[in-house]
Amino acid sequence: MDVVHILLVEDNEGDIILTTEAFKDMQLENRISVVKDGEEALRFLRREGRYKDVSLPQLILMDIHLPGINGKDLLEIIKLDEELREIPVVMLTSSDKDADISECYEKQVNWYITKPIDYDKYTKVMHEIEAFYVSFVPYDKMMR
Amino acid sequence: MNEIRILLVEDNEGDILLTLEAFSELKAGTRIDVVRDGAEALTYLRREGKFSQSLPPQLILLDINMPGMNGIELLEHIKSDELLKMIPVLMLTTSSSTADIKACYDRSANCFITKPIDFGKFLEVVQSIERFWFRTVQLPGAAA
Repeated sequence: MDVVHILLVEDNEGDIILTTEAFKDMQLENRISVVKDGEEALRFLRREGRYKDVSLPQLILMDIHLPGINGKDLLEIIKLDEELREIPVVMLTSSDKDADISECYEKQVNWYITKPIDYDKYTKVMHEIEAFYVSFVPYDKMMR
Repeated sequence: MNEIRILLVEDNEGDILLTLEAFSELKAGTRIDVVRDGAEALTYLRREGKFSQSLPPQLILLDINMPGMNGIELLEHIKSDELLKMIPVLMLTTSSSTADIKACYDRSANCFITKPIDFGKFLEVVQSIERFWFRTVQLPGAAA
C-alpha cells in the first residue's frame, strides 16, 4: 500500500504534536507535512520555492484559526482551484459555531470536525478519520 | 440526538429497501425521504410542488446511475446552487470506476462510497456512516 501524504495546516504547537502523535499510531501508513499558516499552505500546494519537489497531499487537515489567511479563505481557494479541489479537506477546529460549520460546507469542506480538548477523545477522533478515510476514500485511484 | 433528515436519491427499488432497512437498524434516529430521479430530487430540494412543506435534508445519499439526469449531473446542480451547496452529499453507488470517483470529487462530493451487494456488508457501511457522519462530523444547519 502506498504511503498516504497528509498536509496539516495548524499554527498551534500543542495541536500539531497531538495530531502527529495520533497519526503515528494508525493502521494507515502515512506521512504528515506541517505548515503553520495559509500562505505557506498555498506555497506548498502550488509547489513553489522550497516546495517545488513535494507531492500533492491526499488529505488536508486544517484549522479555521490561522494567522494571515484564515482556514475558511484557504478552503475556498483550494476548492476553487482545478488542480487542488479533488483533495479531501477536513476542517479540524475548536469552533462548533453553526455559522462556521455552514460557511465551511458552503465553501465545500469535505468533513467538518470540532476537535475535542481531551487527549483521549482527540486521538479517538483521529482514528475515526482514519477509519473512514481508509474505507471510503479511494486515494489510490485519486493519486496523480 | 435529534432525528437526522436524509434525502436518498435512488431509482432501484431493491437498493431503496436495502438502504431503508440498514438505516432502520441504527441507534441514531433518521428520517429518510426517497426520490427516484434527479429532477424529483431538485423539486424536493427546492421545496416546490408537493414538497413545499419538506424541511431541507442534512445529508444527501446519491446514486450515480439513474434515469434522466444522472447522479454526477445532479451533484453538479446541487453544488452550484447557493442554497443547496452546503448540504453534504455522500455518493452511495455501485460504481467503483476511477472516472466516476474523480468526477464526483471534482464536483465537491463530500465522499464516495461504493455500496456492497451483500446486506451484511452494506449494514457495516451504514454503521460506518452513522459513526462518522452522525457522531464525529458536524452537519450543517440542524434548523430548517
